[in-house]
Amino acid sequence: MAAPSSTRIEQLGYLWTDERLRGIAFQVLAVAGLALFFAFIIWNTAANLKHAGLASGYGFLLDPASFDINQRLIDYTSTSSYGRAFLVGGLNTVLVAALGIAAATFIGFVVGLMRLSTNFLVSRIATVYVELTRNVPLLLQIIFWWVVILALPRVRDSISVADVVFLNNRGIRLPQPIFEDAFQLILALFVAGCIGTFVLARWARKRHELTGRTFPVGWSAIGLIFGLPALSTLFVGLPVDLDIPLLGRFNFEGGFNVTPELIALWLALSLYTGAFISEVVRSGILAVDKGQIEAARAVGLPPGLRTRKIILPQALRVIIPPLTNQYLNLTKNSSLAVVIGYQDIVSIGETVLNQSGQALEVISIYMAFYLTLSLLTSVLMNWYNKRTALVRER
Amino acid sequence: MIATTRRVLSCAVLAAFALPGIMGTAHGATLDDVRAADELKCGINTGLAGFANTDDAGNWVGFDVDYCKALAAAVLGDASKIQYVSLTGKNRFPALQAGEIEVLARNTTWTFSRDVDLGLTFVGVNYYDGQGFLGPKSLGVSSATELDGASVCIQTGTTTELNLADFFRTHNMAYEPVPIETNSEARAAYEADRCDVYTSDASGLAATKATFDNPDDHMVLPEIISKEPLGPVVRQGDDQWADITRWVLNALISAEELGVTQANVEALAQKDGGSDNPEVQRLLGSEGSMGAMLGLDADWAARAIMAVGNYSEIFERHLGPDTRLGLERGLNALYSAGGILYSPPFR
Amino acid sequence: MFFRDQSEMLPERPAPITEVGVIGWLRINLFSSYGNAALTLVSLALLVLIIPPFVSWGLIDAQFSGDSGAACSGIGACWAWLDQRLGQFFYGFYPADAHWRVNVTALLLVPALLYVLVDNLPGAKFGRWFSYVYPLLAAYLLVGGFGLEVISTDKFGGFMLNMVVGLTGIVLSLPVGILLALGRQSRLPVIRLLSITFIEAVRGVPLITLLFVAIVLLQLFLPPEVSLDQLLRVIIMVTLFASAYMAEVVRGGLQAIPKGQIEGAQAVGLGYWQTMRLIVLPQALRISIPGIVNTFIGLFKDTTLVIIIGLFDLLGHARLLQTNPDWIGDVDHEAYLFSAAVFFVICFLMSRYSVSLEKQLSQDRH
Repeated sequence: MAAPSSTRIEQLGYLWTDERLRGIAFQVLAVAGLALFFAFIIWNTAANLKHAGLASGYGFLLDPASFDINQRLIDYTSTSSYGRAFLVGGLNTVLVAALGIAAATFIGFVVGLMRLSTNFLVSRIATVYVELTRNVPLLLQIIFWWVVILALPRVRDSISVADVVFLNNRGIRLPQPIFEDAFQLILALFVAGCIGTFVLARWARKRHELTGRTFPVGWSAIGLIFGLPALSTLFVGLPVDLDIPLLGRFNFEGGFNVTPELIALWLALSLYTGAFISEVVRSGILAVDKGQIEAARAVGLPPGLRTRKIILPQALRVIIPPLTNQYLNLTKNSSLAVVIGYQDIVSIGETVLNQSGQALEVISIYMAFYLTLSLLTSVLMNWYNKRTALVRER
Repeated sequence: MIATTRRVLSCAVLAAFALPGIMGTAHGATLDDVRAADELKCGINTGLAGFANTDDAGNWVGFDVDYCKALAAAVLGDASKIQYVSLTGKNRFPALQAGEIEVLARNTTWTFSRDVDLGLTFVGVNYYDGQGFLGPKSLGVSSATELDGASVCIQTGTTTELNLADFFRTHNMAYEPVPIETNSEARAAYEADRCDVYTSDASGLAATKATFDNPDDHMVLPEIISKEPLGPVVRQGDDQWADITRWVLNALISAEELGVTQANVEALAQKDGGSDNPEVQRLLGSEGSMGAMLGLDADWAARAIMAVGNYSEIFERHLGPDTRLGLERGLNALYSAGGILYSPPFR
Repeated sequence: MFFRDQSEMLPERPAPITEVGVIGWLRINLFSSYGNAALTLVSLALLVLIIPPFVSWGLIDAQFSGDSGAACSGIGACWAWLDQRLGQFFYGFYPADAHWRVNVTALLLVPALLYVLVDNLPGAKFGRWFSYVYPLLAAYLLVGGFGLEVISTDKFGGFMLNMVVGLTGIVLSLPVGILLALGRQSRLPVIRLLSITFIEAVRGVPLITLLFVAIVLLQLFLPPEVSLDQLLRVIIMVTLFASAYMAEVVRGGLQAIPKGQIEGAQAVGLGYWQTMRLIVLPQALRISIPGIVNTFIGLFKDTTLVIIIGLFDLLGHARLLQTNPDWIGDVDHEAYLFSAAVFFVICFLMSRYSVSLEKQLSQDRH
């Protein structure tokens, strides 16, 4: 009787030392633990909600919001639904993030190059800028820029540009173009120009690869995309009316307004992230093999081409992954808009939460929104990264 | 079976977080919890001039804070046995619902949906407020109905945005809302002329105006566009605790009606040679057994008044004309003095 | 004659004045070309435009004493509050007679950090041990119990709160982050998937949404008998947040370890955990230190977000000052500027340290 049982125990022992089985057991345990954890949370939440007599669910999104939003990229009034209010807020977040990413990239590259400059003062100023912005909480910087914008002239003392654009501490008031029917022709030409440029660029690249001869794609692109539509206005005139802002009793009326909150948030986000990007760019450029630059110089490439064709493509490969992180950070940091009253998704969600009391739902919307945005950015940047990585294999 | 599982899991989580942060909070008899902890957990604002703020020594002071003190004095016999929990507009209701505080005294507007839908009980009104507009005199506006096209700074976090939207919609006017969460930033925006007018509760507006360098250059427009009855809130479902919080507030108001002050309360509460007004005797516990009905001792109200004074004294100390805020009593005067402040009788 | 017959060397002449000394330095560093000269002039103009007005506002015209904002003229900065409020800005509501406990905790932090970060210090063996015990010691000193008066965590505030949240977050997130990083590289698909999901989900959302969870939802997730105090809830969420970032930093370190190290370890018969603990992690963590410091700087700055949920950190006390009836309207910029300066000094020093560490590491490897 004793022998079989001992072999069974031995077998069990073997089972444990079998790495594959142990792995499976470990994983099953992990999944079970996680499932238990979530069940625990869901159970409690349901019980607590019931105890407090609170309703849950996303039905409230259809209720009227009954508050106003000052920056709307789509139609919205106070009679629109909570859901639409969220949409407006989400678009505002996307807007400031997109503008911020563009500006931060520009600032980052310029400052990154400035820090490598041989001019002592220029590189020092760049260093001071980077250290100041990187080491002060962003929250304070947002408030700082907002205060700076508020120090601009008041409405009645606006700085005007040719009496059509007005700058004051309530933002920048721009003329709003109103398009007439003939504008469609110009639009069509513009699209045609874009397609033409794309085709031309492909052809030029192929020819460059085959024969080594270059083609001035940049200039012809400008000609195609902007020149064609501009030329056509000679025949049809400019089929655009401008709604020019006029000073009313309190504010400028007509045109459209870029709010100071947007400007302040945009400045703060781009300057803050720009400092981080400049470090990324600097280390990317420093990572390029010196021999490459020396070789480019030896074959007589002029400095502009040297940067464009030799240094940047190689630096980009190092730069892009951390750059993606910075873009994601910027997007997430835009949630601090709430301190100065820029109505992004967090700020609007707060108002909704205040009115409806639907905390769980509002916070889940926040998370879903930011996760989607992060995922999209990552996918886009990974795609771009793959493209630049291919260059290496050719 | 499921209940056991849950208990086991709770124990596991408890064990995992076996740190000083753990405290047992049972739902049910709030009074017992407060007594057991020997401390009142009172939810207050994160900083609102006159209502809840810190002095230079780091102590919380203000109109709402004094209500917490009165309650603690009545229940625990010591106005200092309070844990102040600062809450924002977002987490004040969740904190109350989850039992992190026992009473919320954070200038909270009593509305239907909050009272009915959020599982809360409003126990009374300690400040009658209403939303108004503050604007510079140079703007040449004498009524809020002339504000078509204006930019309006809003201090958010309560029902302000909704009232504003309703007001402009009913008057068919356009406006640019500039919603800002904190008073200091909203105030800075108004001062910099980021907006033409500033809207908030009238108390806040008067207080804001008083702190400008030239207060006379600004005026509060005559329209009050909403009713904002502010008062203490407790969880629904504990009637005894709701009664205690309600009658502590009423005791402060009644004390003013009856002329009981911080200075004379001790003398008036004497069994012999004290007040000969029967209502004062009932209020201060020298006659009757009102304290026992609440589950407290006889001189609960006397202690509350001794700690912070009557309603008028609290008001004068934190909001009145002698403070920098310089608020008038207005609606918050006693019904007998032209206001609407009125306590049910102690009978 | 073209060539002069000369048997002696010509005497050495000094370098031209345009190449050495002040002028030479200026020429080389500032005016080497027209473009550079233009840049220099623009930069100088910028500095002149910004610095003198700032100095005269902040120092020369400033008011340093007085009991309320009324004492300040409005022309210069108002620093009169520093005298009364500095304690609150650093210690929050922590009782004044217990400030020494915060001070001692802060002082002990220095050796605790040094023994972790610097090799070859005297008494290293004892020192390491001290570093590991330090978090417990700090918790004991700050919270109390066992003879010390208990001070509840709602009294924590000011800059001390930033330190507590930041340091606890980073210390607790290190082990979690290491596990996540190992999980992300695990051969077990489920573990790998779970780790990646957690890391990416946390990195995909802003910290303030997690803080909202801490103050609004966490209580909803737990049974009603359990109540965590606010600071603890914030620390839990901050730790989760930081551990996702920590995991990525550690992963960078893990990837830098040559495969041969692991194969070698396996060849001598070490199991997975032994390999990791004895061979891989010590090397990987060493490489990761600059990244960890950078993560800490980021986290430390982010601790200011607790004001959005109603805790009073340094910025929170700046706000309290701004809403105090005695000071309202007079200290709007000053209180923020002071907070910014405090953060700048600390973060700047840390980032310098991180840079020097990086340099040292890259030298070690070459």
